[in-house]
Amino acid sequence: MNGYDFSFAGAQFTARPTGALWWPAQNTLIVADLHLGKSARMARRGGGLLPPFEAQDTLHRLAQDVGATGAAQTILLGDTFDDDDAAGDVTAGPHWQRLQDMTQLVSISGNHDPAHGAPDVTLAGIALRHQAALHGAPDISGHFHPKFKLAGRGYAAFLVGRDHLILPAFGTYTGGLDANSPVLTGLVGPGLAILTGRVARAVPYGAVRPAARGNA
Amino acid sequence: MTLPPPVQDWFAAQGWQPHPHQIALAGTDCDTLLIAPTGGGKTLAGFLRSLCDLQQPYTGLHTLYVSPLKALTHDIARNLARPVAGLGLDIRVEDRTGDTTATTRARQRVDPPHILLTTPESLALMLSYPEAPRIFGTLRRVVIDEIHALAESKRGDQLMLGLSRLRSLAPALTVTGLSATVENPAALAAFMGGAQVLHADPGPTPDIAMLPVTTPPPWSGAGGHYAARDVMRAIEDARMTLVFINTRAQAELFYQALWEVNDTNLPIGLHHSSLSRDVRARAEAAMAAGQLRAMVCTGSLDLGIDWGDVDLVLQVGAPKNVKRLVQRIGRANHQYNTPSRARIVPTNRFEVLECVAALQAVQDGRLDGDPRPAGGLDVLCQHILLMACAGPFCPDTLFQEITRAGPYAAVTRAEFDACVEFCATGGYALRAYDRWQRLVLRGGLWQLRDPRAARDIRMNIGTITASETLKVRRKGRGGMPLGEVDEGFAASLTPGDTFLIGGQTVRYDTLRDMVVEVTLQPARQPKIAVFGGLKMSTSTLLSDRVLALIGDPAQWGALPAATAQWLRLQADISQLPKPGTLTCETYSRGGRAYFCLYGFAGYNAHQTLGLLLTRRMEGAGLGPLGFVATDYAVLVWSLDAVTNPAPLLDPHGLRDGLADWLAENAVMKRSFRAVATIAGLIQRNLPGKRKTGKQATFSSDILYDTLRKYDPDHLLLRITHDQAAHGLVDFGRIEQMLRDRPQIVHTTCARVTPLAAPLMLEAGRVPIRGLGHERLLDEEAARMLADAGLA
Repeated sequence: MNGYDFSFAGAQFTARPTGALWWPAQNTLIVADLHLGKSARMARRGGGLLPPFEAQDTLHRLAQDVGATGAAQTILLGDTFDDDDAAGDVTAGPHWQRLQDMTQLVSISGNHDPAHGAPDVTLAGIALRHQAALHGAPDISGHFHPKFKLAGRGYAAFLVGRDHLILPAFGTYTGGLDANSPVLTGLVGPGLAILTGRVARAVPYGAVRPAARGNA
Repeated sequence: MTLPPPVQDWFAAQGWQPHPHQIALAGTDCDTLLIAPTGGGKTLAGFLRSLCDLQQPYTGLHTLYVSPLKALTHDIARNLARPVAGLGLDIRVEDRTGDTTATTRARQRVDPPHILLTTPESLALMLSYPEAPRIFGTLRRVVIDEIHALAESKRGDQLMLGLSRLRSLAPALTVTGLSATVENPAALAAFMGGAQVLHADPGPTPDIAMLPVTTPPPWSGAGGHYAARDVMRAIEDARMTLVFINTRAQAELFYQALWEVNDTNLPIGLHHSSLSRDVRARAEAAMAAGQLRAMVCTGSLDLGIDWGDVDLVLQVGAPKNVKRLVQRIGRANHQYNTPSRARIVPTNRFEVLECVAALQAVQDGRLDGDPRPAGGLDVLCQHILLMACAGPFCPDTLFQEITRAGPYAAVTRAEFDACVEFCATGGYALRAYDRWQRLVLRGGLWQLRDPRAARDIRMNIGTITASETLKVRRKGRGGMPLGEVDEGFAASLTPGDTFLIGGQTVRYDTLRDMVVEVTLQPARQPKIAVFGGLKMSTSTLLSDRVLALIGDPAQWGALPAATAQWLRLQADISQLPKPGTLTCETYSRGGRAYFCLYGFAGYNAHQTLGLLLTRRMEGAGLGPLGFVATDYAVLVWSLDAVTNPAPLLDPHGLRDGLADWLAENAVMKRSFRAVATIAGLIQRNLPGKRKTGKQATFSSDILYDTLRKYDPDHLLLRITHDQAAHGLVDFGRIEQMLRDRPQIVHTTCARVTPLAAPLMLEAGRVPIRGLGHERLLDEEAARMLADAGLA
């Protein structure tokens, strides 16, 4: 597996190229922002009828990650459902059921699905929540859907700072926010961006580019 | 037929004699296609019958005029004012375009004028209102101007669907199409749904030649700057010159170059579609008033007002097809019975060949043109949704109606039903939206589930899906932009990225006020390519003529000396492409291996060929990194060199996997975005209505990938493939190339060959994201980590 290993808040993690975070010591897989049921929500609102396969696709990819890691539990960091109404349809479906048979699913609530799950969970001294809390460090969260641009193309990315670890959105129908937008650089501070794709690739993030080298 | 006495008197008062085709058209109640050169009083011919009829009082809308250009509707309104006043008609003539104010539009819906001047998009919008039957029920005449131009795009599909609806609403309707010279009038008449063809006197044979120039054209580039002084001299000698340039950016740059040598300060204007409406309107007014000596313009002036005083047309750059050249030449006849005068200015060595070949084709009276593809089903989907906005419809009746539109005459009931199904439910294999259908069937009639959806559907009207572009400008320099890039491309840039635009390497610095600011980096290899998108390919006729010219030194006498010398050098160092052979070359430069294939199959086919070649090279482990296509050749660069091209070009299995490979490609994703937008799956990005909250939006590429994975037979994918097969992919021309030129001639050269040199500077490179790219990405990431002291 072409993952990228790193440490955060004293624990060892693997950023998987799929956008899932693997925490071997806890036998736990963490994903954020699945936004299941997004197409149905748009249809209800009278918009275009998007291909209704995003829940199936997202859950299928998640099952692959669970299968590959053998994770005993999988923590969903909020915005798992595009709205609370969508949850019923999805959780009753075969793809969700199959996932439940493979791993213990732990839901954390997000702004899209406030009624689904606890606001946070703490594991080995690290808080897991939907949106990073300024005074709750260290924490692992989602919400922002960070994307990092390299060689002309944007890649969904993990952002790893000293206090905050932010996951890319895992859902199929999700866009992204530029990792270099001030809201993210200000929150995460200098660290690493780990790009998803065929392989997970780490690049420096948020740091001021070193001024002319050899100038010391 | 004789014209009514007041109309005859009016002609006499102007000192005019009506043309025979004007009289013929005024006397017929048959649908008619009029083929007439510019300056033949074509527009007046279209309106003459209406002016005769409207001498009697009339209630309601009598005549609808549809033009591809908003600007044209304004001018027609102005030009009609004269005969209307002269004949003392008590009628209202109004235009109705995207620029018309909301109050005027609302009034027009309640109280339409006698003559309404509009565009295909505005007509589609009006037909989507529940009042449409009342507005159009009184209609007697429809005049479609520049119908040859409309027929070239999906706008024509949309207009013909609208026309079918008009024929249902107003059965007494007579339709007149006005066209420039075309190669196949019968096909254009069929496009109109059937019409008699009326030919105006074509006038004398045009006087057309190459413009004599003092220095030979450069190896590459498309600016034509080398000829600025020669062009200036031609302008000085003429009364009024139209200078046609192929692209907007080039028009800007050439305009600037002209002014640098405009020693006598002749008034010269600029006109292209990226200029604001005010600026264009001022330029047009100055021209109409005879205040200009020359106008530098793009296709924006291919159509439109008869500039009475134009006596010279200059075409700067290759004309791409003979028909367009002939139509442009036709714009220079200040008098109907004097020959048009036109001069061609090639902008680089390749174009010299094309220009010479085009001149010979004009002299031989050969026009080119490919048969028009059938109407797009994406446009039909949009039409169905708009008809639902107008009111509940019976599917049987609507099917009858749309098959009376020329482009949709062959649509099957199954195809139509699939379009309705798509509009209603999304048409997915997985029936997910039964509760939330867009259209529902009640009592045998389809209607909107939620009538409020009509607003969104109307917002999405139209078939022009050119993505928004941003200007690229040199940082801190001001001045003319270097060019324009796609908004999506601009959004993908990171400061420090280098890319190629207009043949120059630039470094991206910032995005400021919707302008991309860059610094020139002449010495660096660009890291990212600007993808050129679909371009008009050089026609088969013209490409074949160019290949024949190159391959036959006996014909080189027709070429300028520098061009002939260039070809001789190529013959010495490598090989000359010839009819019957497929010539290719291998050489290396700057640590990259290059493979150049002279396909002469046109831009779009070469674009596809580039994808197919790189796919096979990827399979052979050569590490292809990208390619660039032109009308004549495709150039691929890779980590390792091609030593044997035969397996790469083996026709056997070339098409296998084409669909899969293409499906992954940016070209197809782009095509899908257009189809999905037109068909109403995704909402078009409206200017001024910027998306907020970027997390909420995702690209149409994701929808495309999802459909391919879970619903590969979906209607929109079928439409995307069909359309790509015609334009974008042009596989037919690749097959024809391999069939007609079975003998592969491969030369390995020590360095860039004379014929390949221009390609090295070509813009519009397509990157290949294969293993070669992964290797480069690794290097880039490692370099960044090292720079940051992390590795």
